[in-house]
Amino acid sequence: MQTDFKPVIVGFLCNWCSYRAADLAGTARIQYAPTLRPIRVMCTARIEPEFVLKALREGADGVMIAGCHPGECHYVEGNLKALRRFTLLRMMLGQLGIERERVQLVWASASEGKHLASAVDRITEELRALGPLAWKRRVLAQEAMMEEAVGR
Amino acid sequence: MAKPTFAMYWAASCGGCEISLLNIGEQILAVDAAFDVVFWPCVADFKYHDVENYPDDYIDLCLFNGGIRNSENEELAHLLRRKSKTLVAFGSCAYEGCVPGLANLTTNQATFNAVYDDCISNDTTRYQQPQVVSQVPEGELRIPVMYETVRALDQVVPVDYIIPGCPPEAHQISAVLTAILSGAQLPAPGGTILGAADVALCEECPLTKDVKQITRFYRPYEISPEPGLCLLEQGLVCMGPATRGGCGALCPQVGMRCEGCYGPLAGQDQGARMLSAIASVVSAGPPGMEEAAQAAAIEEAMATLADPVGTFYRFSMAHSIMGRAKTVDG
Ligand code: SF4
Ligand code: SF4
Ligand code: FES
Repeated sequence: MQTDFKPVIVGFLCNWCSYRAADLAGTARIQYAPTLRPIRVMCTARIEPEFVLKALREGADGVMIAGCHPGECHYVEGNLKALRRFTLLRMMLGQLGIERERVQLVWASASEGKHLASAVDRITEELRALGPLAWKRRVLAQEAMMEEAVGR
Repeated sequence: MAKPTFAMYWAASCGGCEISLLNIGEQILAVDAAFDVVFWPCVADFKYHDVENYPDDYIDLCLFNGGIRNSENEELAHLLRRKSKTLVAFGSCAYEGCVPGLANLTTNQATFNAVYDDCISNDTTRYQQPQVVSQVPEGELRIPVMYETVRALDQVVPVDYIIPGCPPEAHQISAVLTAILSGAQLPAPGGTILGAADVALCEECPLTKDVKQITRFYRPYEISPEPGLCLLEQGLVCMGPATRGGCGALCPQVGMRCEGCYGPLAGQDQGARMLSAIASVVSAGPPGMEEAAQAAAIEEAMATLADPVGTFYRFSMAHSIMGRAKTVDG
């Protein structure tokens, strides 16, 4: 483990709950790791698996998907859809050699700023233990050189 | 006037693409009449140095099948790009890596071990794994270097057109060749898809969908599908929703799930699309269940999928978002 490693977590946060939880964590001045790059989406069902894969390919060390608790999605069952995708995505990430801790699903309502902050802290620690993912540099190095050569 | 020149080459492929070209039937005679074949290792004895001696852009139409897996494939990709006016990635291997691209889920060493050592029909006392350089009484022998990662042709050199399919269907090849032979204006080059549809295969498929949710998946040998009904909704992993149409939905019409050989639609990742399609047919149990029970029902259904990465990316691993797996030495 590298002690100076600051992981980058790309967060996809549902507008109706988890994004507000993150807002609340800010206004309540809760201290937590500065590792999250939050992206607001209307519902966890909006998060296509491509988003997660692209984040991992483009340099994220981990991805957090955060949405309304089951039964509380503003679009009724969007988070159930997210859960289905997430379950299969994790299986597939395993086959691609990506540790399961790197992609996590968190439920946090608008009032749960603290819960969200501690989830970010926890994921940060888990990613620190795993070290950088650095997909392009460590896994696709050969491809990256080639793509540069053909100007893509 | 001199005839236009034609070349066809195979890199990391199975040879099926060459046969698919012959599948156009007697039209092949028109191709032969219209073109001067200047390089085609499968059917005529040309050498690499013949191609090297041609002026640049000498080849009017070059159909390149096969992915880039070793240094010889790569060298020929560069050579044929330089010598060809129009370079076509012909078939799934050149387009997106295809089955050889599944090697990207493992390492070369593991592949060599499986092929040369662990395969029970091999006599491992007499043969060894390939060596790039070996000494023989006559001197030193060199063979091409295997790469860790299989790449599609357009990941190595720019291509003008792509004809998808494993292999491309005869009626599609024939339509493209007819257009070329008649001098019709082709769409602008730049990796443009020819000989396929731009909608998903499901749109071409006559089987009936009725938005059913399922609790488990089956491998093709485990069930005989009900005729007339969508295979995915019967639990067979039919790649139709994630696959480009163009073949006319040949496989589902005879009860065989689409394996995805025409690749993804433009800008899509076939495996990720299929993941979403699967997620939308999987049941989370009867309504009103507790969250934990729903999660368990989903897990259980997903666990019946054998090898999702290998299945969803059977043809498009090399061109997928992730490109390959992280392996111990990767
Ligand atoms: S999933 Fe397969 S069987 Fe179902 S409609 Fe699409 S192509 Fe046809
Ligand atoms: S149905 Fe699918 S696997 Fe079969 S030929 Fe068409 S694209 Fe290929
Ligand atoms: S609205 Fe929050 S997860 Fe659907």
